[in-house]
Amino acid sequence: MDNQYIDHAIILAGILFCLGLVGVMVRRNLLFIMISIEVMLNAAGLAFIAAGSAWGQAEGQVMFLAVITLGAAEVAVGLGLTLLLFRHHNSVDVDQLNQLRG
Amino acid sequence: MIWAYLYNIVFYASCGVTVVATILMITRHNAVHALLYLIVSSLSLAIIFYLLGAAFAAALEVIVYAGAVMILFVFVVMMLNQGQRSAAHEASWLPASGWIMPSILAAILLTLLLLGMNSEQPLQPYGVHGVAVKDVGIALFGPYVLVVELSSFLLLSGLIGAFHIARKMPSHMDQNTLEEAENG
Repeated sequence: MDNQYIDHAIILAGILFCLGLVGVMVRRNLLFIMISIEVMLNAAGLAFIAAGSAWGQAEGQVMFLAVITLGAAEVAVGLGLTLLLFRHHNSVDVDQLNQLRG
Repeated sequence: MIWAYLYNIVFYASCGVTVVATILMITRHNAVHALLYLIVSSLSLAIIFYLLGAAFAAALEVIVYAGAVMILFVFVVMMLNQGQRSAAHEASWLPASGWIMPSILAAILLTLLLLGMNSEQPLQPYGVHGVAVKDVGIALFGPYVLVVELSSFLLLSGLIGAFHIARKMPSHMDQNTLEEAENG
């Protein structure tokens, strides 16, 4: 039994996480930053699934469920904040949103 | 032999589609185009989940990411564009260059799906341990029941938080009167 698929899935998770990180650092639109965070959460979920498959345990999928729940809650609150910022400042550019004063 | 070969093709093609879709996604300027690529990325990731022996997680990935999260993003994109862009700009939202590449990637995924469905032997996890949904359920409501409870707390607080944060302010109160009301 070879586990090259597990190895390559972990490598893919690393690549996806790096791509999401690059997206968070490079993009200045708050919406794209949220999308990139979703990509990073996806990558973490893929790593959990691959590790769970490697060991044949159900814990990987349990943690994937936790990650996907976290992602859903995060995106709901984050998009709510995005809407609020857009209403107040008429922009979702994080370079223009550097004056948070109460 | 042909079985492992087919598995290789589907696995690595899905990996390639995921990476290409994600790279194209973080380089788009238009949010709707990026969302199209995010859908493709989620679908191909679901194929990889299935090939790794996690069919339940694959279904959840499609339902939650390509379904629910995407709807949230699309609604926010719609709400962010009100009054900001004219109707003439609206027409330039989905040019052919915007949807052809996601369509090609999605067609690759569909081809992989048909390949897997038409293979003589079912395209089962190869060289990895599959985990049955039953085992996941037993683990989830056995030793990990605290995770379920914490998830319910998290979702409830997310629901209330999103409702509270994004609620419409009363239209007759502008920002100054709101600040006065908060201070006084």
